[in-house]
Amino acid sequence: MSSETKQILTTDGIPLEVSLKKAEKKNKIKAFLLVAPLLLFLVITYIFPIGDMFMRSVDDRMVTNMLPKTFKAMEKWENLEELPPEEVYRGFYEDYKVLVEKQEHGKLGQRLNKEKNGFNTITKRLFRQIKRNKIDESISIKDQINKIHKRWRNIEFWLAIKRTAPPYTMAKYLKGMDMYVASDGSIAQVDEDRRIHRILWLRTLEIAFFVTLFSFFMGYPIAHLLATLPMKYSNLLMICVLLPFWTSLLVRTASWMILLQQQGVVNDFFVMIGLVGDDNRPEMMYNKVGTYVAMTQILLPFMVLPLYSVMKTISPSLMRAGKSLGGTPFVAFWKVYFPLTIPGIGAGCLLVFILAIGYYITPALVGGASGTLISNQIAFHMKTTLDWSFASAMGLMLLTGVLVIYWIYNKLVGVDNIKLG
Amino acid sequence: MSKNPEFVKFDKVDKSYDGKVLVVKDLQLDIAEGEFITMLGPSGSGKTTCLMMLAGFETPTHGEILLDGNIISNIPPHKRGIGMVFQNYALFPHMTVYENLAFPLRVRKVEKDEIDKKVDKALSMVSLSGFETRMPAQLSGGQQQRVAVARALVFDPAVVLMDEPLGALDKNLRESMQYEIKHIHESIGVTVVYVTHDQSEALTMSNRIAVFNDGKVQQLSNPAELYEKPVNSFVAEFIGENNTFNGEVVDIDKDKCKVKLANSEILANPISVKSKGEKTTVSLRPERALINPTDKMDNMFTGKIEEVIYHGDHTRVRLNLLGSSEFILKVPNSTSNLELKVSQDINIGWNSVDARALDPK
Repeated sequence: MSSETKQILTTDGIPLEVSLKKAEKKNKIKAFLLVAPLLLFLVITYIFPIGDMFMRSVDDRMVTNMLPKTFKAMEKWENLEELPPEEVYRGFYEDYKVLVEKQEHGKLGQRLNKEKNGFNTITKRLFRQIKRNKIDESISIKDQINKIHKRWRNIEFWLAIKRTAPPYTMAKYLKGMDMYVASDGSIAQVDEDRRIHRILWLRTLEIAFFVTLFSFFMGYPIAHLLATLPMKYSNLLMICVLLPFWTSLLVRTASWMILLQQQGVVNDFFVMIGLVGDDNRPEMMYNKVGTYVAMTQILLPFMVLPLYSVMKTISPSLMRAGKSLGGTPFVAFWKVYFPLTIPGIGAGCLLVFILAIGYYITPALVGGASGTLISNQIAFHMKTTLDWSFASAMGLMLLTGVLVIYWIYNKLVGVDNIKLG
Repeated sequence: MSKNPEFVKFDKVDKSYDGKVLVVKDLQLDIAEGEFITMLGPSGSGKTTCLMMLAGFETPTHGEILLDGNIISNIPPHKRGIGMVFQNYALFPHMTVYENLAFPLRVRKVEKDEIDKKVDKALSMVSLSGFETRMPAQLSGGQQQRVAVARALVFDPAVVLMDEPLGALDKNLRESMQYEIKHIHESIGVTVVYVTHDQSEALTMSNRIAVFNDGKVQQLSNPAELYEKPVNSFVAEFIGENNTFNGEVVDIDKDKCKVKLANSEILANPISVKSKGEKTTVSLRPERALINPTDKMDNMFTGKIEEVIYHGDHTRVRLNLLGSSEFILKVPNSTSNLELKVSQDINIGWNSVDARALDPK
């Protein structure tokens, strides 16, 4: 036992551990230098932008910076059942005058309007009063503002201003789930007819799930064939699987548009063989069908390749052994072959599902209204409404979703069981 | 119980994969019940194809295979009830040893208690009791091999096929496994068809050996006969070591013939030669030629030692004899050993009965 605790020395008396560390240090430095460019690249292109996205999605300092005096005064507004005291009105008036001078009052109106509908109108009224110098600063500002519009006398509007006070907000995330902070501070759901995001999330999950399922059922036999055919045929088949992979995504999606449109090749064929009438051509594009078909085709290689690489390692003698021991071909497949392909199935499904959940171009082009996904909504806010913070929030929600799926998957199957090749 | 001498029967079986070349040609082979028969041959000789046809993974192009009198060519592998041990063991890597052994019983819907009993028995037969919960990857090569043998036997098949099962083991383990498999065969009396390209494996284990070459059985006989009395020069070459002389028959008698070599004549035992003037290859086992023979032998020559190689239990001596410098002698190492030196001349003699005049190479 003593020999275990005793430190082992090298021939020149240096402890073995120290000597080992020294010997390996050079290699460690070399290894680090080799990965350093990639690490730097990842930090610049991945971690930093995600951090920026997160900041954007929770950032709400605009109003905070525009109305410093108002928020200072609001600290003294204790009874929230009643309209705020004179100081708050005066603070708001002074802040607003500064904004009018800087010509930034419009931005505030828009921002507050998002918080509470109808704000834009009453801030414009206030703006006109200030322009005409109708406000007398020597008497109560509260009374004068209250006279401009009845909404100024509504406590809801003042509470809305108060809600914008904190520099950070979760509002964008709530909006992504069709929820908002009600005037009393509780979280509420938006009206049923305005809940668009939840539908989109569910549809995204549904489409990603079915695309994964279809890819699996189509990819499994192909991968099996690839792994078992003699070399010369399997190479040809491999090229067939990879050929779409080498074609531009846009070209592939566009060719699906040509195939699937109502006057397209597939419909022409259906009419020709008499499956459907010429005046009754089914719509296969600008809906879910188009999204399913095109996305399954495009993501199929991501299913086939991990499956193939796993199946390639399964010795054909295992199936033979299963059969020679008395198992029917089905039993031999189900009890012997299939369990051995699970690592490949896991890898393929995870890959396809995660790719599908964030897919953009294909649903945008062939999806139509009923086939668009959450990514299209993100793009819409990036490009059209320019609400980048909302787009960021939804992007992060998507990322979190993917991580959660990965975590669940890890719990169920175990990431060690994934085999990409 | 009388043993069926035609328990497994290959009846005029041909096999071709591409429609151009016959891998197995007109195979006629009867295997008796309880026999241990080995198919021995170089790679590509058709032996594994025969095994696969018997197992049902390949179908004969022509002819029939019969098992206990029934034609089985159209029966799928899983209904044949033939156990098989594969070259790389083919243990199911995701199942424990117990599950591997239980697989053939479970698919046959055997009761749980019965399964436990049979698995237990099979494992103790290969001395692996207590390994039930191990995964195949946790076993050594020899242990995996034994599990594979146990799995092929656990459902009491009438025939067990073994396709080079010891190929992946190291030499010592291979030898001990040979005896183990032989003993299992003797104790349970199952019919075994064994395929190998290792002649010593075939000689140690088998009741009979079928030597395959070029899709045909060259010779089918027991190990001793195969070694001592090869019927053609392929078998003589393939089994054991061999000194050969190529020549022409100049005189032939009932049990002796005179063969003319390049510049001398020897007496040989005519096996496949019938008449004068035929070309022949004479085959002589190294251990049948003696140095300085005391008895009278009908072939006596003098050769020059070219090389002496020490092998532990014996010494190999390469001689220049009768115009060939490839003549090999095996001299057992004993205390009365001779001093053998390179470029020394020695007298060599052998009996003509051991020099078999076979078909020309």
